[in-house]
Amino acid sequence: MMDFAHWLPIVWAVILVAAISIYVILDGFDLGIGMLFALERDRGRRDVMVNTIAPVWDGNETWMVLGGAVMYGVFPGAYATLLPAFYLPIVLMLLALIFRGVSFEFRVMTRETAREGLWEMGFLAGSAIAAFSQGAILGGVIQGVAITDGAFSGGALDWLTPFSALCGVAVMCGYALLGATWLVWRTTGVLEASCRRWAGRLAIALFLAIVAVSLWTPLLHAPYLRRWTDWPNILFVAPVPVLVVVLGGLLAAGLRRGHSRVPFLCALGWFFLCLSGLGITVWPYAVPPSLTLWDVSSPPSSQFFQLVGTAILLPIILTYTIYSYRVFRGKVTEADGYH
Amino acid sequence: MQTAPDPALLLARFQFAFTVGVHIVFPAFSIGLAAYLAVLEGAWLRTGRQVFLDLYRYWIKAFSIVFSMGVVSGLVMSYEFGTNWSVFSRKAGPITGVLLSYEVMTAFFLEAGFLGVMLFGMNKVGRGLHFAATCCVSVGTLISMTWILASNSWMQTPRGYTIDPATGRFMPDDWLAIIFNPSFPFRLVHMGLAAFLSVAFVVGATGAWHMLKARRAGAIASEPVRVMFSMAMWMAAIVAPLQVLAGDAHGLNTLKYQPVKIAAMEGDWDTEGRAPEILFGIPNMRTERTDYAIRLPLAGSLILTHSLDGKVPGMKDFPRDQRPPSPVIFFSFRIMVGLAMLMVLVGFWSLWLRRTSALFTSPVFHRVVLCMAPAGFIALLCGWVTTEVGRQPWTVYGLLRTSDSVSPIVLSSMAVTMAAFVVVYVIVFGSGLGILLRLLGRAPVEGEQGASPAHPADVLATHTHPGIAGPIPGEGA
Repeated sequence: MMDFAHWLPIVWAVILVAAISIYVILDGFDLGIGMLFALERDRGRRDVMVNTIAPVWDGNETWMVLGGAVMYGVFPGAYATLLPAFYLPIVLMLLALIFRGVSFEFRVMTRETAREGLWEMGFLAGSAIAAFSQGAILGGVIQGVAITDGAFSGGALDWLTPFSALCGVAVMCGYALLGATWLVWRTTGVLEASCRRWAGRLAIALFLAIVAVSLWTPLLHAPYLRRWTDWPNILFVAPVPVLVVVLGGLLAAGLRRGHSRVPFLCALGWFFLCLSGLGITVWPYAVPPSLTLWDVSSPPSSQFFQLVGTAILLPIILTYTIYSYRVFRGKVTEADGYH
Repeated sequence: MQTAPDPALLLARFQFAFTVGVHIVFPAFSIGLAAYLAVLEGAWLRTGRQVFLDLYRYWIKAFSIVFSMGVVSGLVMSYEFGTNWSVFSRKAGPITGVLLSYEVMTAFFLEAGFLGVMLFGMNKVGRGLHFAATCCVSVGTLISMTWILASNSWMQTPRGYTIDPATGRFMPDDWLAIIFNPSFPFRLVHMGLAAFLSVAFVVGATGAWHMLKARRAGAIASEPVRVMFSMAMWMAAIVAPLQVLAGDAHGLNTLKYQPVKIAAMEGDWDTEGRAPEILFGIPNMRTERTDYAIRLPLAGSLILTHSLDGKVPGMKDFPRDQRPPSPVIFFSFRIMVGLAMLMVLVGFWSLWLRRTSALFTSPVFHRVVLCMAPAGFIALLCGWVTTEVGRQPWTVYGLLRTSDSVSPIVLSSMAVTMAAFVVVYVIVFGSGLGILLRLLGRAPVEGEQGASPAHPADVLATHTHPGIAGPIPGEGA
């Protein structure tokens, strides 16, 4: 039983981080496309942008529901402290996601009416605010949460600092880059060309943001710094920044040489590296700087019961998710829809 | 007496009630409508009749709107347990959080994964696979209902747990006992039927509206209109009486496990045999009596125990600080029952009209059905108020008080977000309702187009049925 209580939270941490990563990547390009509405004003091209994700965004957002539910079930201590701590940005994010989510349908259904502009704007602003909130929450977790007796004991605006704001902007850049490279892959013509241009600029912005966050994070808490500088840790962690630079080079080359898929894959690689770096930094804390994974875990009977179901269901979910992506694969143009 | 309620707690409760009250309408709508769509597509594949495909394509547009509103309002719920009820989440999460995770993995992904194919994939995957996708979405909605009601019912009648003395957490012992807790089967059947009935009345009212419009234009309503109206009235005639039976059984179950909830629903203060049923009155929690009561002798015992001298509980048998607010659930319960009776009457009326071949030609009946459009949803919401407010003052019945479950959120934050929720929900779901009414205000036509993101103009406005173009409901309302 002792072993169980030790290993189950680790297994669950891996699953939860995987679920969050899948969410960040999948809904990342959805939200990025929403933000790119700011740069693309043409209605026909906006329709193409939305059509590349219309059949799949529901499923993408479900990963976020899974993240919340898994945290609630297997790490209730984290769920019960992080959510009150980030109450305001979480509500802001949820409201933004509501606007974004219904705008998929509403912007089409209200076309040629007075309300049309509201939902075009709702899609853009909802995406941007949701992205910023997610980044700010992430930054807030990294910088730490005030805990007394296992419960949140800080103020309503503790999360809002220059660091968390920087993380918010970084995530906005990142999502916009994912969106732009996704569209490079999935569209043609004028739209694809614009996206290549935008992707190049966004990649530079994101690279600068990654550098800034990476330099700032170790200064927040002494254990963070030691994680990256102590011997022999440095041997294992050094490849992360090196790979970031390598992928940046590949991304730039892919954009310039007209590759269709390479830029998107490189952007995904950046996200993977950033999330890995984050994991390396905060491990083994679920709520830095005081609560570890084991402090916030539900009893092994809960974690085990849920693990059995997850082991069976997650592969099935991934299979039909991939299937539904394959049904709608290929370039989308203004001429063809899904009929 | 209870101590003066903490305003932050009240706001946390109100916020949760508001957001879940708005949310619950959409999944109920989706449950009923997805099943209806599966029936329509199945009927089309079996019979090859165009009318079923036309109806499928007509209703799938409404479904895509309703479903997306359900997704976004549901996302809020999966985080609100933690934001508003962090102590509850910490203590009950090992049970309710796990059930919610199973809901996400077995239901939400299934629905979302196949929704894209269902909405946009008819020409990409072939008929058989498309029908399978529709069925997956429909089954997904039912699985989702099953898990969330297991979790909700566990909060009402908790079983299969032990309480950890050190942390006060609920530790799962027996998952089967947790899931199949005593009130779960009753609540599941009652809620499932409520969803089907609510949608039957929306579909019926849509049919009624278009028949009235056709009549005014001197035309005969198109075949799709008549078919949907007829199907909806069959559902009303069959499901409404079944729902009365299911509700009665659920009531008996509640009497057994939560007698004070029944006492508060009935406005009864003293435990007695041969008890009357209070048809109307105003329960007063302070003076412990129900004012202006109109009593029907013996009916209370008869309804609640199915015997004339059965014993009916009164609130005075329970300490004041364990009684739910009777004035709220006394009325919510009566509204629900009243609407149920009306729905049963409409069902029987439809059978009578069918016998005399007047189902499609009785404008009085069509007007009544049109007015009953929201009846199912109002009854469903009143039922939820009854069971959830009736659970008070507990979150986990008899074990964890609502006042001990709340998050440490300051009043100002709660107030700001409450205002934001109200504003956003009014804009978003008000617009959604307007769009839905606009969609349903257009009659289904032969050769109906499906949902298409690429040719949005088809969705609205292009097909106006000759002779039945009329004002659009919801516009200017």
